[in-house]
Amino acid sequence: MKLNGAEILIDCLQKEEVEHVFGYPGGAVLHIYDALEAQDKITHILVRHEQGAAHGADGYARTNGKPGVVLVTSGPGITNAVTGIATAHMDSIPMVIISGQVPSPLIGMDAFQEVDATGITRSCVKHNFLIRDISEIAMTVKKAFHIATTGRPGPVVIDIPKDITIAKMEVEEYPATIEMRSYKPTIKASDRQIKKAAEMLANSKRPILYAGGGCIIGNASNELREFTRMVGFPITQTLMGLGTYPMTDKQSLGMLGMHGTYEANMAMHGSDCVVAIGSRFDDRITGNLEKFCPTAKFIHIDIDPSQISKNVVADIPIVGQTKQVLQALIDQMKDKKLEDISNWWSQIEEWRKVDSLAYKKSPGVIKPQTVIEMLYEVTKGKAIVTSDVGQHQMWAAQYYLFDEPRQWINSGGLGTMGFGLPAAMGAKLAMPDRDVACVTGDGSIQMMLQELSTMLQYSTPVKVINLNNGYLGMVRQWQEFFYEKRYAMSYMDALPDFVKLAESYGHIGIRVEKEEDLKPALIEAFNQKDRTVFLDIITDPSENVFPMIPAGGGHSDMLLAGRDEMVSKDETDFNAV
Amino acid sequence: MRHIISVILENEAGALSRVAGLFTQRGFNIESLTVAITNDPSLSRMTIVSSGSDRVLEQIVKQLNKLIEVVKVSDLTSQDHVERELLLAKISSNSKEGVNIKELVEIFGCKVVDVTDKVYTIEVSGKTKKINAFLDAFDPASIIEVSRTGVTGISRGKKLI
Ligand SMILES: Cc1ncc(C[n+]2csc(CCOP(=O)(O)OP(=O)(O)O)c2C)c(N)n1
Ligand SMILES: [Mg+2]
Repeated sequence: MKLNGAEILIDCLQKEEVEHVFGYPGGAVLHIYDALEAQDKITHILVRHEQGAAHGADGYARTNGKPGVVLVTSGPGITNAVTGIATAHMDSIPMVIISGQVPSPLIGMDAFQEVDATGITRSCVKHNFLIRDISEIAMTVKKAFHIATTGRPGPVVIDIPKDITIAKMEVEEYPATIEMRSYKPTIKASDRQIKKAAEMLANSKRPILYAGGGCIIGNASNELREFTRMVGFPITQTLMGLGTYPMTDKQSLGMLGMHGTYEANMAMHGSDCVVAIGSRFDDRITGNLEKFCPTAKFIHIDIDPSQISKNVVADIPIVGQTKQVLQALIDQMKDKKLEDISNWWSQIEEWRKVDSLAYKKSPGVIKPQTVIEMLYEVTKGKAIVTSDVGQHQMWAAQYYLFDEPRQWINSGGLGTMGFGLPAAMGAKLAMPDRDVACVTGDGSIQMMLQELSTMLQYSTPVKVINLNNGYLGMVRQWQEFFYEKRYAMSYMDALPDFVKLAESYGHIGIRVEKEEDLKPALIEAFNQKDRTVFLDIITDPSENVFPMIPAGGGHSDMLLAGRDEMVSKDETDFNAV
Repeated sequence: MRHIISVILENEAGALSRVAGLFTQRGFNIESLTVAITNDPSLSRMTIVSSGSDRVLEQIVKQLNKLIEVVKVSDLTSQDHVERELLLAKISSNSKEGVNIKELVEIFGCKVVDVTDKVYTIEVSGKTKKINAFLDAFDPASIIEVSRTGVTGISRGKKLI
């Protein structure tokens, strides 16, 4: 049977068991849309902006672990998607992005809606392909899914010229498996390294586990839990790792890093053996590298060899999948006698007493922290929570105690404002039976607001929790601390009436201005099972995120709420927000 | 320290720009880069001369290995190897050294490959040091133009990279 390139492509996607495609049509992909329309196995979600398609597919992938699939047209279609692709790339999210390209003979001629898609995306994808012949389609799709989902996952772009989608050929069997001599992602960790690590761990007096997104992406939470409980060590999690170990558990010290808890950062600082598990010593975690973990030896477990000894030199590097390495460590340490670490725990309990997440309420204003605490209470800690980027993101990370992996969905690596809403839509599509909340801010929400329309069309009821402080709050906080309160462009004037806006999109809007109205509003929102509800919550505009490690500082240089509200002026050596 | 990195990669469109892009993206220094097909026409070999601390070099090798089209990466500098670079230089025969050109060609064991009225074109191959020494032997004013290939290299004996 002869099929055209578009039909072959859709057939390949079906063979990859793709159920949802997030996309937006245009000239270069019309044949593909025609083929998509002629079948009913794959549901297409028509977003309102291609960035929303990429974030939607990304949220979907983060929630259920399957690769997210995006379909966009050439030129502005793919350039609009780039921010979303880069977001997925930074957080190692499996995604396949299909972009239309101008017909092959026009490539390089500055044709209408032509951009060099593989060139533009090269540095923010795991890999990309430009298809040159119809006979390459099946093998390229196979490779793309293989590359996107194995090893350290990431986005893969397939750029396909329009003429190839209408050319015809006799269909061939879709390859069942694939072998690539230049890409061998399955690495078995070295037994010798595992043994050495077990030895070091058994002899350490002040150990700490530091778990990151690699435990979630690598589906290693069960092994991590078993291992952590078996050895009885304290564990801290990165922004990307939250939930991989239950945050309500007594061994959990919460999040570490720039806005981490006092106990987590102090334990890192005082440790003699740090075990990094699927985490990459990002600068938001380490602070000033010269002051980082002055007395620790490092065991670093990661599937990507290039992460090891990049920022911090590992004493025992272990290259392998987090799941398998943890299982091997469990087996190796089962019968090992460990050092007594009760003194270490007593020290940690002292740090815990500092209660670094305590905050003062003031009458008449809603504290943003209270909103998250109440969200946690109303959803019994069971909701999937997505977030945008800013103060609200940090409060969500600090005050919603995630107990499960894939429950907390945020753009940690790229820090992309606008991620939260489309990601929530993707999450709801992936897990229709779960409550999904999008914690956002008055700035971020306006970057992808148009997706409210998509959410109505495809009935993806999400609860939008807008922490409306009237500011680009995180920017304002840095200006307060480091720019002598010169608030350049961080005040959001002329905000829309979010309630009316939500209503105009066919959703429910509720404005909350008093703390006593907060809980009833949240309960009402979550009772509306089939509706998207936009809660516009007016919060304290002057609230800051604490603890905070000022840039240039180490883990023991934390600023705490109500104790050091201001920072000395010469601490202004830092990266941008 | 100077390193010669040998990379075997799929002979595919775009592979070269991926390697070049990696070096700029990560701020790795690149002194020279040569690339051509190997005895297996589906593979190319690229030879990159770079410099940096051991830690930077470790990152270069790891990041290169991460590129999907790269089959193998090896630091030739850390093993027994042979390296060569080719120079084509046009030297003016007008200058004072004109008389010396043939002599120098003999000393350096290179070849005059073309002569026009006033210009000798000379081919030199050897290690980078030799090529530099050859060029240093002339009055800069007599050197009209040079074209160098950059270093290529191969490990010695039976060992493949
Ligand atoms: C696309 C993008 N542009 C700019 C920034 C820089 N930035 C980080 S946080 C922030 C303010 C966010 O404001 P809002 O969404 O209201 O959240 P708040 O901090 O007030 O909670 C900005 C501008 C960013 N992270 N992403
Ligand atoms: Mg705000």
